[in-house]
Amino acid sequence: MDFPAVSLRAILPAIVILTTAALVLLLDLLPPRERKGHLAVVSLAGVVAALLATTWLWGGESRAFRGMVVLDGYALFLDLVICYAAGLVVLLSMDYLRERGLESGEYYALVLLATVGMMLMASAGDLIVVFLSLELMSLSLYVLAGYFRARLASGEAAMKYFLLGAFATSFFLYGIALVYGSTGTTNLDRIAASASRDSLMMVGVALLLVGFGFKISAVPFHMWAPDVYVGAPTSVTALIATGSKAAAFAALIRVLVTSLRSTQPDWTVLLWGLAAATMTVGNVVAIAQSNLKRMLAYSSVAHVGYMLIGLVAGGVFGTGAVLFYLLVYTFTTAGAFGVVLLLEHAGGEGVSLADYAGRARRHPILALVLSLFLLSLIGIPPFGGFVGKFYLFGAAVRSGYIGLAVIGALNTAVASYYYLRLIVYMYMREPEGVEAVSTPSFAGGLALAVALVGIVVLGVVPTPFIDLAQAAVTPLLR
Amino acid sequence: MQTAVFFAIAAIAVASALGLIVRRNPIHGALFLVVNLGSVAAIYLMLNAQFLAAAQVIIYAGAIMVLFVFAIMVLIPGKEETGPDPLRPFRLVAIPFGAFLLVEILLMLVVRPAPPREPPGAEGGAEAIGRLLFTDYLFPFELTSVLLLAALVGVLALAKRKA
Repeated sequence: MDFPAVSLRAILPAIVILTTAALVLLLDLLPPRERKGHLAVVSLAGVVAALLATTWLWGGESRAFRGMVVLDGYALFLDLVICYAAGLVVLLSMDYLRERGLESGEYYALVLLATVGMMLMASAGDLIVVFLSLELMSLSLYVLAGYFRARLASGEAAMKYFLLGAFATSFFLYGIALVYGSTGTTNLDRIAASASRDSLMMVGVALLLVGFGFKISAVPFHMWAPDVYVGAPTSVTALIATGSKAAAFAALIRVLVTSLRSTQPDWTVLLWGLAAATMTVGNVVAIAQSNLKRMLAYSSVAHVGYMLIGLVAGGVFGTGAVLFYLLVYTFTTAGAFGVVLLLEHAGGEGVSLADYAGRARRHPILALVLSLFLLSLIGIPPFGGFVGKFYLFGAAVRSGYIGLAVIGALNTAVASYYYLRLIVYMYMREPEGVEAVSTPSFAGGLALAVALVGIVVLGVVPTPFIDLAQAAVTPLLR
Repeated sequence: MQTAVFFAIAAIAVASALGLIVRRNPIHGALFLVVNLGSVAAIYLMLNAQFLAAAQVIIYAGAIMVLFVFAIMVLIPGKEETGPDPLRPFRLVAIPFGAFLLVEILLMLVVRPAPPREPPGAEGGAEAIGRLLFTDYLFPFELTSVLLLAALVGVLALAKRKA
């Protein structure tokens, strides 16, 4: 019996995070038992180490464990995005959890385990690995969504996320089974080689798209998102909105672009419809929201629609634009949720639009930072959001999907209404009611600073990052 | 001989499935389900899928059934005999579904589609599966252990009584 060569190098970033998760669980048992701040520091160190490992591996390309894992520029680029998302979330969680007396080793271990799942989704070379890592990520996030057990909304969020997630998983698994039935393999490369296009394959692809559509919260599979985003602890919301979406997109792009290449004309049509519906529904419904977390949830649904445009456009330009947008989106959304988190009251209140009236007077810096993130979400230069949208729409026009680009541009106009409305509330309204004084948080501030630097750098000097994103997707398209 | 055994097992499977939906007492239903799962395991065995048969017995007839019975005991203690069925109107839904399945089966008999492609190394023995698990599928196998760890930590985080 010949065992496969165990090359841990190919999964080094994930191994680093996994080791950190185990370390956090062990350290949790040692004194001091009351203060858990050091666990967050250890988690953060693990994420930074994984970031370093990713840059160290940069440029390498290999396959390991009999094609189950692929290490290439694409996986490494997304590892980078996921590491940033996880790092920002850990930073934001520190004081947020301590103020609520809910710090625990399990929380950080689950965040790290979810991160491991996300990273492996980006580097999966086999549908079985996609499925297992998707489950690893989802299981951890289900629990994290219900982490505030005393809060009813948190439990509801966890339950909803779990039930709908399990439902989506079964669609996904059925899709895998049908693709296997049609091609006789679950390996992504061998599926591509079989170039099957029979009816079994078609139904399988459609079911896979349903499963992925749920994880990226594309319309009409977005129903869970608003309730889960509102009910979950805000730090977990940030992780669900950034890391889990990046990972789901990572696996979706790899599966569609490499192994389902033979069915591209079929899924492009489906994605066209999904993109248009997702943008429009997300933005239009967001206008009606008075809860900020709910508004940002619909806004994140709309951004998924923008990213799907790039996938429809295809090619190095379209797919590269999606990757670049994911990077920008991760910084912007994590930052926006970060400000909401810092201004949230201990009981979970203080997240409605009315609560933000006159916020600029009490928290001038936080209000300014939130405004900058919102401007990036609209897509106003000099922030990363502008460049990201520019490249996405540009790729659509280049590939001849002018209608989709027009829908996208119109949606951006609609979206600017509710983003600007929040800025108007913060700066031009009188404050209402009394407000609890929130303590300044160093870790939270650091997270916001990192995210802010991220969107400014991506907006001012985007070229090297665009080149990186395009270089990352080139091997997929070969 | 084999055909006779198959029909005997199939009859038990169908009868126990009927028993499951006809009996009102949930405990009786659960016991019928055990019989049903066991007979399906026997059919797997006849198809030369020993591993699948063992997994069926251990996971379904064992672990999942224990969970079922446990849930029935905890949730409805002492009133296993329930009153009129609250889902009675939904029985009408069964007619189109049943008709659909019937048409499907008849279609299969008429069309007789080609059997699916034989996957490589499709032996149902524990040895073949074990070999695959530790060679080609080593990575997913190890990943499953991480998944179980996450589930374990998650259960702890949700069940721990604190604050």
